[in-house]
Amino acid sequence: MPSPPDPSRTAKKTAAQLLNLDFLENRAKVIDLAAFLDRLDRASDGLDAADADFRARELRRALAILLEHGPDRASRVLDALSDPTEEPIDAAPGKGATGAWPGKGGA
Amino acid sequence: MTYIDPHIHMVSRTTDDYQRMALAGCVAITEPAFWAGFDRSSPQGFYDYFTLLTSTEPARAAQYGIAHHCWICINPKEAEDPGFARDVLKLVPEFLDKPNVLGVGEIGLNKNSKNELAILEEQIAIAAQHNQLILVHTPHLEDKKKGTRLIMDAIEANASIDPGRVLIDHVEEHTVRMVLDRGFWAGMTLYPETKCTPKRAVDIFETHGTERLWINSAGDWGPSDPLAVPKCRQEMKRRGHDDATIDLVSFGNPNAFLSQSPNFKTTLS
Repeated sequence: MPSPPDPSRTAKKTAAQLLNLDFLENRAKVIDLAAFLDRLDRASDGLDAADADFRARELRRALAILLEHGPDRASRVLDALSDPTEEPIDAAPGKGATGAWPGKGGA
Repeated sequence: MTYIDPHIHMVSRTTDDYQRMALAGCVAITEPAFWAGFDRSSPQGFYDYFTLLTSTEPARAAQYGIAHHCWICINPKEAEDPGFARDVLKLVPEFLDKPNVLGVGEIGLNKNSKNELAILEEQIAIAAQHNQLILVHTPHLEDKKKGTRLIMDAIEANASIDPGRVLIDHVEEHTVRMVLDRGFWAGMTLYPETKCTPKRAVDIFETHGTERLWINSAGDWGPSDPLAVPKCRQEMKRRGHDDATIDLVSFGNPNAFLSQSPNFKTTLS
C-alpha cells in the first residue's frame, strides 16, 4: 500500500518560482470569479435572485474555503460541492450533473 | 518521447487527431465503450459500435503507427433500463475474444441509482468469469465521491477480482487517496473544466506520488483535448520534474497496468 498523503510534500519550485509561473493566470481567475458574482447581482430578475438557486449558494460556500488555513483546499472544495449521502438512489432523474448538490429535496 | 493515451474515444475524433497525436509521440491508445451522446435505440446499435471499436478504429489508428485497443461494455448512462442493458450484455462475451480488446469498460455509475448498480455488478461478474481487466468510469461532479465509494464496494464484493487489475478513472483530489489505499489503480482525466486540469494533475502527483497513477485525455465529442497527455508532460517539465518521472506516468505506468492483458502492445505487429 502507498503511504498516506503527505501535505508537506514539497513542489519542485520555490514560492517565487511558482508565482513567476502562475501568478498572472490565477490573478485573472480571481477577477473572473469576482466579475461572475457581479454578473449574478445584475441578473435581470433582481439582485438576490441568484441566492434562490442552490448552485450560487454552494459556490459562495466553496469560495469561503479558499481563505481557510491548512492543506487540501482543492479536496475540501470538491467535498463541499459533493453529494454527502451514501445509499444508491431509487432511480436516475436524468443523465446530467450540475456541479453542486441540491440537497435531499433536489433542485 | 513516446506516450500512451489510455483513455480516449477516437470514434468521436477526426483522422487529423490521430495524425497530431502521432506527431506528439503517441504510440498506443485504449478506447473504452461509452455513451455516444444519445441513447441507442436497440442492442443492435451496440453490436455495430463494438464492431467499430474492434475493426474500424484499429485500422484507422494503424495508418499513423498507433496501436489501438478497446474495452467492451454497456456504459452506466444507458444502464438505467435493466432489461435493455441485459440484452446488450449478452453481446459482450463475443467481443471479449477480439484481438484488440483489453477487458470490460468503462463500467461504473452515472447518477448512483439502484439500476445502474445492478448492471455494474453484473458486468463485474462478466469480467471475473472471463478473467478480464476492468476500466471504471466514476460519476461526474457532485456524484463522483459517493459513486466512487459505491463502485469500489461493488468490486470488492466480488472476491475473485484482484484490485490490481482494476483501473478507477476520473479521480480528482477528493477521491484519489481512497482509490489508491484500497489497492486499485487510478486515472486522472485531463479536461478543461469538468475533471482534472494538467496543472492539478501535477499537484496530485506531487502530493500523492506516482505509484499506480496515470493520466489520460478521455478526448470525446465534448470539450476535451486529444493532446492533453503531452500537454501535461509539458506542465511537469515546466514544474521541474525529471524526464524519468514524466515518462513513468505517461508511458511506464499505463504500460505496466495494460500489459496485464496479453492483447496490449505498444508497437504495431
